[in-house]
Amino acid sequence: MELLIFYPLALVSVILALFVVFNKSPIGSAVCLIGMMLGLAGVFILLQAHFLAILQIIVYAGAIMVLFMFVIMLLNLKDDDTKWKIRERNIFLSSATGVLIVGILYKIIDVTTDTKFDSPATVPDNFGTVEVVGTALFTDFVLPFEVASILLLAAMVGAVVLAKSKVD
Amino acid sequence: MIDDILNFLDPYWWLIIGVVKAVIIAVGLLSTVPLLVWLERRLMGRFQVRLGPNRVGPLGLGQALADAIKLLFKENIVQSSADKFLFYLAPAVVVFTAIVTFSAIPFGEPFEVGGESIGLWGANLNIGLLFIFAVSSMGIYGIVLAGLSSNNKYSLMGGLRSSAQMISYELTLGLSALCVVLMSGSLNLYDIVKSQSDMPYAIPLFPAFVLFFIAGVAETNRAPFDLPEAEQELVAGFFTEYSGMKFAMFFMGEYINMITMSALITILFLGGWNSYIGFDIPILVFAFKVFLLLCVFIWLRSTFPRIRYDRLMTFGWKILLPTSLVTMLAYSAIKVLVIDA
Repeated sequence: MELLIFYPLALVSVILALFVVFNKSPIGSAVCLIGMMLGLAGVFILLQAHFLAILQIIVYAGAIMVLFMFVIMLLNLKDDDTKWKIRERNIFLSSATGVLIVGILYKIIDVTTDTKFDSPATVPDNFGTVEVVGTALFTDFVLPFEVASILLLAAMVGAVVLAKSKVD
Repeated sequence: MIDDILNFLDPYWWLIIGVVKAVIIAVGLLSTVPLLVWLERRLMGRFQVRLGPNRVGPLGLGQALADAIKLLFKENIVQSSADKFLFYLAPAVVVFTAIVTFSAIPFGEPFEVGGESIGLWGANLNIGLLFIFAVSSMGIYGIVLAGLSSNNKYSLMGGLRSSAQMISYELTLGLSALCVVLMSGSLNLYDIVKSQSDMPYAIPLFPAFVLFFIAGVAETNRAPFDLPEAEQELVAGFFTEYSGMKFAMFFMGEYINMITMSALITILFLGGWNSYIGFDIPILVFAFKVFLLLCVFIWLRSTFPRIRYDRLMTFGWKILLPTSLVTMLAYSAIKVLVIDA
């Protein structure tokens, strides 16, 4: 039953992810990216992580992609600008990245081949609820959480400083 | 034969109930829209000391039907410079997100049919409130895409304004809703209504209620915050290039969002289906409260002039957002120091 939902979701996500890369116009790429993130949220729901799925939609598909759209709108692209320009590629960097990705994929497949999918892991009833995630965030992971929030604050202040110096 | 069918369907009973509910919600919402348009035109007429549409059918009710038929049969124009796919996608996104948002709203106690308990909601989610915010924030894309794909400067400006406005006021909306979550200790809309059985949150959380209402009006792009479609500057805003049924879909999206926002305010602040005066038909109580709020929306539209765009952003970021932050902090302090202590 779960596989019946998982495969269409995964297929659509992968296809949309490919379209993000191969689409000719930036707007099309952005729309495909939104679709792919919604697909990922669906996969999170299948993993019983409902809260994470909703956050994925609110933060990534909602907030961040709206900013992307904003930038595309504000750039006021001319007709020939709406097509991606193909630049000279650094062959060494490209191939190094490719090898790294293949390595990571190989490792992931290697790890998961031993897992038995016919007996799904039992998860506790309150797994992935707001309460459990919140408790974990403010007890076990409070240091990374605070560090991340300080990083975000610094980024915000930096953005304000950059915008200000242009206005003055 | 019938027994066989029943036996086969038995394990999928929940699926059938879900489908029936989905159809009822979608059809119910879509057929409420013409009535709401009629109500708005009649009320606006009265507010402006005129009669409003009263010629077609009894009380002018036929006007709603006539308008719907007219829009269905109008010619569908797509200008050649438009991005076809996105142009068609945009109105669909608006209506889809509007209807899906409503599916998480409960409007009564569950009742029993043949030993099965059927809830009066599309889905009773533990994170119902977050779900509603998440899906309604997807609705912005409909407007952005309409503005982008039309290839028209008025549409682009309308889409830009609209998305900027919705992003700004979403913060206030979320922060004032957090006050309710603080007090009830749950994100589940059904539990939130249950926790208001003694008193609606509009009384103890009055500042949050006012903030939520203002942000809610702005979020649904209604007057006096209907900048995206300011006629004298932007023709018709993001749907300038749309005609016929696709234009009607943007219209439907706006009115369904209005209904959803009224239902959400009812649940969060007005106590949902609790009547407090001993009237005991939950669904009617809920419908009455939603109807009242819809009338207030229409009242606002016919009373206030549209505010200027820069004032709108200043108001959102410099007044509403700090106020809602302070309100949220104050209620958190009260919750920790007074209620829990």
